[in-house]
Amino acid sequence: MSRNLILGGLLTSVFVIAAMLSFAWTPDSVEAMNIANRLKPPSADNLLGTDHFGRDILSMLMVGARTSIAVALVAVGIGMGLGVPLGLAAAARRGGMLDEVIMRMNDLIFAFPSLVIAILITAVFGPSATNAIIAIGIFNIPVFARITRGAALSLWKREFIMAAQVAGKTRTRISVEHILPNVANLLIVQGTIQFSLGILAEAGLSYVGLGAQPPIPSWGRMLADAQTMVSLAPHVALIPGLTIVAMVLGLNLLGDGLRDALDPRLKVVRA
Amino acid sequence: MLGYIVKRLISLAMSLIVASVVIFGVVEVAPGDPASFMLGINAQPDTVAALRTELGLDQSKLDRYLSWVGGMLTGDFGTSYTYRTPVAQMIADRMWVSLPLALYALTLSTLIAFPAGIFAAARRGEPGDLAVTGATQLGVAIPNFWFAMMLVLIFAIQLRWFSAGGFPGWDGGFWAGMKALTLPAIALALPQAAILTRVMRSSLLDILGEDFMRTARAKGLSARQALWRHGLRNALIPVLTIIGLQFAFLLAGAIIIEQVFFLPGLGRLIFQAITQRDLIVVESVVMLLVFAVIMVNFLVDLAYAVVDPRLRTRV
Repeated sequence: MSRNLILGGLLTSVFVIAAMLSFAWTPDSVEAMNIANRLKPPSADNLLGTDHFGRDILSMLMVGARTSIAVALVAVGIGMGLGVPLGLAAAARRGGMLDEVIMRMNDLIFAFPSLVIAILITAVFGPSATNAIIAIGIFNIPVFARITRGAALSLWKREFIMAAQVAGKTRTRISVEHILPNVANLLIVQGTIQFSLGILAEAGLSYVGLGAQPPIPSWGRMLADAQTMVSLAPHVALIPGLTIVAMVLGLNLLGDGLRDALDPRLKVVRA
Repeated sequence: MLGYIVKRLISLAMSLIVASVVIFGVVEVAPGDPASFMLGINAQPDTVAALRTELGLDQSKLDRYLSWVGGMLTGDFGTSYTYRTPVAQMIADRMWVSLPLALYALTLSTLIAFPAGIFAAARRGEPGDLAVTGATQLGVAIPNFWFAMMLVLIFAIQLRWFSAGGFPGWDGGFWAGMKALTLPAIALALPQAAILTRVMRSSLLDILGEDFMRTARAKGLSARQALWRHGLRNALIPVLTIIGLQFAFLLAGAIIIEQVFFLPGLGRLIFQAITQRDLIVVESVVMLLVFAVIMVNFLVDLAYAVVDPRLRTRV
């Protein structure tokens, strides 16, 4: 096991466990406001201090982790769920109409500045976690379609696929039974990276007010709220920011570690 | 070469058409009628109807799409629902903040990434390389708007070297403007520099393994000479793509960074327009940004063909 894998795995699990734990227990309520206790630096009572409403920052971060993870995870799910079948289909009929259409659509989505479109979508349909998921998820589709197609194309030239064809299996069946299991590793690694990009995107959207809406805590909005307080109490901006950095760093290390562990020859596209 | 350009031009036109249809479509299905929104809930139905006519909202969707696109082609971006001023003028004013900001950041990111990438590649596996790669790992994990806040905390609030936000305008002189854009540009540039450094490094490392590099060494060049004379120009192709893509990221990223620094750029315009449901402004700014991105990618494609003749036959 590489150092990346261990460190990345540890960092990621800390956040996942914290998010899970927050369903059952948080050090303090995230809804109870205590203005008398506002903007307190980290102490024994509030391990990471309190925000401008006197809420416990550690508890906010734990519940916020839920939002970030849910948004990023579902967005990766959308990307995989639609992108992988499209990529498989495109590779199964290389150079055909379908391949051409899918790849052109992909190029087109790639050409859009994803953040701008995410802003457009959430602005038009109203800011919410769901719309943030859709906006982020759409841009995951071409990423997964492209890498699935690329990997599948090289597999289609291999002997065991030819054998399956000779045996009379249909292209769809070969794609599902033989191609998909062989690209799974690659998809897991890319999934980890898109997950980390999703966390960053969600933080950005909720920072500008287009992500999860109050009272649902989110890391991005904690930073937005902290902005005017930063000179009074730097910790309200410092701590949520470092949390995002740690989570994204953890996922990236995990992705690198998984790539090396699963197949050192695989190259991952960083979109 | 001509065939290549024609093919790229056709795909450029297709992309722009599809993009405009998508943007128009998304805005079109937006809930709420802009005319009733502008006039408030107590407006008389006939006033609303009159305003709808004035704004052209009573025409068919196709007519409105065509007049929107046709207008943009001639530089007429329509009239803002809220301010009743030409959108083109509003965009032009804000552009003078966002575009210099993106270019400033692009310059910074390139200036950081080139030396850092070359430095790391030349010392593969040594402590210097590990330090650079470690820094890039961190760089890609930092949300730029948070980094911006930290810059404000340190350089504006603590050290008081820069103001925490706002923009004096270019009338106050070039340097005053540049100074106001410095922290935002650094915030935008650093995460991008991390990505660019990685690409530069790995692209150089690929090249260093090539036969022609061995030949260069064999004919007596030192590793450093071979790197500068033969390695660098060959490593530039992937780097060029990323720089092209980064411009898009920077323009879009500027939208969020402008919020941190209260800069009156396109980002502020877009968020104001969103809260006021000034959809014609949203539509036009988004289209403009998409246009800029697609154009830059097109130009990068052309630049490739100039740099690498082999690509001219491959589309």
